[in-house]
Amino acid sequence: MKPVQLSIAYMPLVDAAPLIIAQEMGFAENEGISLDLIAAPSWSSVRDMLAFGRVDAAHLLSPVPVAMAMGLGGISTAISAVSVLSMNGNVIGVGRELEDKLRATGYSFDFAEPVKAAEALAKVATRPLVFGVPFPFSMHVELLRYWAAGTALGADGIEIRTVPPPLMASALAAGDVDAFCVGEPWGSVAVEQGAGALLLPGNAIWNLAPEKVLAVRTDWAETEPDLLGRLMRAVWQAGRWLSNPDSRATAGEILSRKAYLDVSAELIDRALSGNMTISGRGEQRHVERFLEFHKGAATFPWRSQSKWIMHQLGKIHPRTTAGNPEEAALVFRSDLHRRHLSKAGFDLPGASEKVEGAIRHPTPVASAYGRLSLLPDAFFDGLIFDPSKPES
Amino acid sequence: MDMSARLTVIVVEEDRDRALAIIDALKATDDCDVVVIGNSSGLARKIAAHAPDIVLIDIDNPTRDMMEELTLASGPLDRPVAMFVSGAAGGLAQAAIESGVSAYVVDGLSPARIKPIMDTAIARFRMVRQMRSELAETRRALEERKVIDRAKGLLMKAKGINEDAAYTLLRKTAMDQGRRVADVAEALVTASGLLG
Repeated sequence: MKPVQLSIAYMPLVDAAPLIIAQEMGFAENEGISLDLIAAPSWSSVRDMLAFGRVDAAHLLSPVPVAMAMGLGGISTAISAVSVLSMNGNVIGVGRELEDKLRATGYSFDFAEPVKAAEALAKVATRPLVFGVPFPFSMHVELLRYWAAGTALGADGIEIRTVPPPLMASALAAGDVDAFCVGEPWGSVAVEQGAGALLLPGNAIWNLAPEKVLAVRTDWAETEPDLLGRLMRAVWQAGRWLSNPDSRATAGEILSRKAYLDVSAELIDRALSGNMTISGRGEQRHVERFLEFHKGAATFPWRSQSKWIMHQLGKIHPRTTAGNPEEAALVFRSDLHRRHLSKAGFDLPGASEKVEGAIRHPTPVASAYGRLSLLPDAFFDGLIFDPSKPES
Repeated sequence: MDMSARLTVIVVEEDRDRALAIIDALKATDDCDVVVIGNSSGLARKIAAHAPDIVLIDIDNPTRDMMEELTLASGPLDRPVAMFVSGAAGGLAQAAIESGVSAYVVDGLSPARIKPIMDTAIARFRMVRQMRSELAETRRALEERKVIDRAKGLLMKAKGINEDAAYTLLRKTAMDQGRRVADVAEALVTASGLLG
């Protein structure tokens, strides 16, 4: 039987891997579907293609569907985040000028300690530092704000501006931004271009941050439950395949193709392996769980994650009349994830919410088959987020 | 806002020809001042400095995400203002406008005034794009013609056949292999170059 073709919009990033691999390694075919992957020029474009029905599903920044439900950013089509595509994977970096100033103070670029990094930056900054990010609603923004507010930088010590990653090097050179937070391969591209040095991996701020989600229109999820299930299973299988270290070379080769990321496999492997080159001097740093596609029920869209995002967005953006806080809290569809994946015998958590930030060591939890262990999800400041008492 | 005031329209466009075409078209409506800005990391700042009523940008332009920031209420512009000229994404821009994407429409600006400007810009944009693709088609057709002629010549020489027979052979091979004649001809010319 001819496979059913699903169209999916994505941004050409390393963390689009589960979608690309689902198609290229036959996981989609096994489910009787074929993925027509459409590379988008911008995140606004991905969002619009999904909202207006040009595509069936999308690779989306995790805060985007939450922001949409809150009535932020203009388009308020109901979107469901049915799976988390990737955890972590961002890097914070500084331009050449800041790099030189930091080195002059003896800063070691440990690529690990967020408190020390902030202290070092605060020492050399003479005005608020301007950080470039890919999109106003992104984990990049949330991590930067959370980090600055809890360190020597201070909430007022940074300004955030949207700069498409391909323009980041020129934005640094022109002095439009001092630093940046981007997803791979763009951090490594900046290092290769000599535009700056990497300061911290995103997971130094939050050990386990939901980065991209598999998003569909909520009405599509309701009218096409069978196709949605097939898509979710194919992507889940791709994530599991990606989490096997033996897959790395093949994954890097596939992602590097012109049709996908069109950068060298070596550059892509840095994110997949967590072996990052952080500066033009070739300094190497290894990061555990730099980018996670599968382990510790990584794909599970915890409602507590969407609540955390909603809580953070609510601090910055005024409430809108178009927004619906109850819907925003439920954008991460743990119910759909469980419905479509438990059938196939995947081991999923029994709960739909957790206290974010409370897990310090891999921890076994109640699950369908009792084999599930959750990964550390701590925030750098040791605080926790209790979804039932978000204000505490 | 004063509804009789002239509108300031910013066109974000790298391509000079396309930008000029849109300016000409908008000037004809005699209702607006037009400023063109190319892509750059300082785009948001430059746009904010002009305090435009409308920003026109190709829906496929990567700098669109910077526009997103400008349209947020807390952004540097008081009045959110981006609208999009339709690109390869087809009816997407129209869908966005028809669905009344509020953040992209200036508060207090009557849709009746925006519509002719958008229509003019979209029509002009499409025309330039169509001319471009027609030109590219013509150029490709010329290239293909040359390759096919060379392939015919090679076959005539190698097999001692006439031009018609050579062309028939090329066409038959293409049909048997489910490929285009130009592709078969190109493969032959390349192979012959290697062997030659």
